[in-house]
Amino acid sequence: MPNFIMSYLGSTLTPGQAGNQFWALMYVLIIFAGVSVAVMCMNWIERKALAHFQIRLGPMRVGPHGLLQPFADALKLMLKEDIIPAEADQFVFWVAPLIGLLAAFTVYTVIPFGPSQAVSDMNIGILFMLGVSSLGVLGIVVAGWASNSHYPLIGALRSSAQMVSYEVAMGLAIVSAIMMTSMNASGTGTLSMIEIVRAQQHQGIWFIFKFFPLGFIAFGIFAVAMVAETNRAPFDLAEAESELTAGFHTEYSGLRWSLFMLAEYAAMIAVSSIAVTLWLGGWLRPFPNLLHAPAWDFLFSLFPGLTFLALGAIAVVGTARMPSHSFFKIQRIGLGIFAALLGSIGLLLLLIAVAGNSANLAVAARFSEGITYVYWFMLKVAIFMYLFIWYRATWPRYRFDQLMRVGWKVLLPISLGVLILTAIVGVVVS
Amino acid sequence: MSIPEKEGTSDLSPGTLGLGRASFEGSNLERETPGKAYLDSNELIINMGPQHPATHGVLRVILKLDGEKVLGTECVIGYLHRGVEKIAENRTYTMFNPYVDRMDYCAAVSNGLGYCEAVEKLMNVEAPPRAQYIRVILTELNRIASHQLWLGTHALDIGAMTPLFYTFRDREEILKIFERYCGARLTTHAFRIGGCQYETYAGFEKDVKNFLTFVAPKIDEYETLLTTNRIWLERTKNVGVISAADAIALGVTGPVLRASGVQWDLRKAQPYANYSRFDFEIPIGTNGDTYDRYLVRMMEMRQSLRIIEQAVDAIPEGPIMGKVPKVIKPPVGEIYHSIEAPKGELGYFIVSDGSTQPYRLRVRPPSFVNLQALDVMVRGLLVADVVAVIGTIDIVLGEVDR
Repeated sequence: MPNFIMSYLGSTLTPGQAGNQFWALMYVLIIFAGVSVAVMCMNWIERKALAHFQIRLGPMRVGPHGLLQPFADALKLMLKEDIIPAEADQFVFWVAPLIGLLAAFTVYTVIPFGPSQAVSDMNIGILFMLGVSSLGVLGIVVAGWASNSHYPLIGALRSSAQMVSYEVAMGLAIVSAIMMTSMNASGTGTLSMIEIVRAQQHQGIWFIFKFFPLGFIAFGIFAVAMVAETNRAPFDLAEAESELTAGFHTEYSGLRWSLFMLAEYAAMIAVSSIAVTLWLGGWLRPFPNLLHAPAWDFLFSLFPGLTFLALGAIAVVGTARMPSHSFFKIQRIGLGIFAALLGSIGLLLLLIAVAGNSANLAVAARFSEGITYVYWFMLKVAIFMYLFIWYRATWPRYRFDQLMRVGWKVLLPISLGVLILTAIVGVVVS
Repeated sequence: MSIPEKEGTSDLSPGTLGLGRASFEGSNLERETPGKAYLDSNELIINMGPQHPATHGVLRVILKLDGEKVLGTECVIGYLHRGVEKIAENRTYTMFNPYVDRMDYCAAVSNGLGYCEAVEKLMNVEAPPRAQYIRVILTELNRIASHQLWLGTHALDIGAMTPLFYTFRDREEILKIFERYCGARLTTHAFRIGGCQYETYAGFEKDVKNFLTFVAPKIDEYETLLTTNRIWLERTKNVGVISAADAIALGVTGPVLRASGVQWDLRKAQPYANYSRFDFEIPIGTNGDTYDRYLVRMMEMRQSLRIIEQAVDAIPEGPIMGKVPKVIKPPVGEIYHSIEAPKGELGYFIVSDGSTQPYRLRVRPPSFVNLQALDVMVRGLLVADVVAVIGTIDIVLGEVDR
């Protein structure tokens, strides 16, 4: 195998830093595919979870428990007629979803799934992230304008105002987290996503708990602002169904519409990743400094495999609980295969973890380590994704002026106050 | 972005929007259009409906907007017009009875009650006591079902998805009782002129009592979701305010009127059926805003439960049909009879020429009259509030258009 492929496995740098273009490209592909799959899974999970909040079953027909529903949806959307309204600005209408998608996916360049599990580690990572994710609003505004129709226009205007105003509070909350990174021996802070997580490891505390409750409040502001930033309930005014039919994407259908959906969910995962990186210790497993003995390392490296085994067990229970009528035979077999798939992934992960611990296999150890990092990162992100669904099931929608009031008159002053207090406390403590 | 007004479209300037048509002592209907933004921006005229998720059917509202601020509205109705009143002139009194179910299809039992009582009053007959009790029980059940439907859709309009499914789950129990009683769930045709067609089924009382114990905690559940929900409060308090004087001047009735602080409920004011036998209260609001209307309806559901509880305990034995001839031929004359439907005063004006068919039948539907308060309520508010106010008025287009 060429050296540049293997060399990366021994490196502790991201491919971007190491100048390893092959792995950088591989990472880009893996992340693009992975996020697309994650969005499809989110689609299913959101529909199921929302349904269960609302005493419904959700999708049940396409595949066992609707497991194939996302595929069916994707297929349907791709096969649909591609409609561009006669009055629309053709080119801009065409390019708008791509802008949104591009903005949402470019953010992933700097998201650290692990210390070396990122495309690149920019020294201005968080700035890059904020800048690029803000571009997403351009796609929405352009889409609303190009549709040349009233509802999309209003939706786009709402959305742009909303995203711009919440960006401010969001940025200030982020600054207070970045200030916390400078509380180390050398006294220099960092904007690099990877270094921010490392700083949390060195200081032995997740920034959410740092200078309690300052870190917690900053995190809370970010948690609210990120919901508004991604146009999700209760801040989903841009696509408020009952008011603007579908908001900025009213005129969109088929594949273009699905690109907007893809961008929205990708943006949700991206902002959750920022929150996890800044406040929840990124890829760090719980108590990495306290429980740092190799035995603990081994125990925590078993978690990914055990999680998949548990999911497989749930699927097995689901298979057993299916009606025994022959009508459900295919469904039963399908769910059984799904259970076997999950179970075998779990076993594989366990095997890697055990091999990495016991045998002297550097590659297995490296893989096991990487899997653990990615697992803890994704688990934290998954919690945020669940919260997004939970909000949607629980709350009514804010009105536009109220949304603006919350953004400018509540979140902004609080985040300013937190920023100043963090600075003062930081100086006093150091 | 300005849309050139085509010839023939309605002029939406405030002076011609129909305001000032009603005047009532203390009423302040000739309100000025809220001040325009100092920056000159073009007004936007958009169509909300007839195909729109939040207009509860086929209502078309033409909105004149300055940005998001509503400068004026005009309701265009008639998309569901079926000529119910004209049909009545070509049907016998008995044949017309099922048609009224199709007006307010969310409260078909109330419609039937109003019609049957109006004809009975015209013929000077009275339904026997047992029939009266059955009527009251079913009508009040229907009131709860109607309010549940209102709550679910209203909450959905404001963006809360979940209450809709909870209310539909519980409304189902009422529909089951209807189905067991008369075979139909929605357009029930439960009553006949002179009483009821069907005797209650075995276990009717038990079903109703079970429902009472079932639904009381569910109403608490809705309230847990919404009553103290911060966003719900912000979206409904001081939104769509209508003063008592304005409401009276516009002829608004039902919970919308009562939320403005007017204690006017035909069940107490002009008792019909045997409502005077029951002990219940008329909940009223103070501010006349969307939140008060929400509270009034929630309290009304509880009061309906009280009425049903008393009625089901006291239901007497006896015949269910009064002495009504096979062919109904009311004497020459005219009658106006109105009842308190879930949405307000539902009146029937019938002119009889002594034949088997009404000479003229006119319905006073509560939704139709209440809907004209929309413009007064939403001026100066935002687009999002229009949706909330349409929901809070609780219209059913089948009834508005007839």
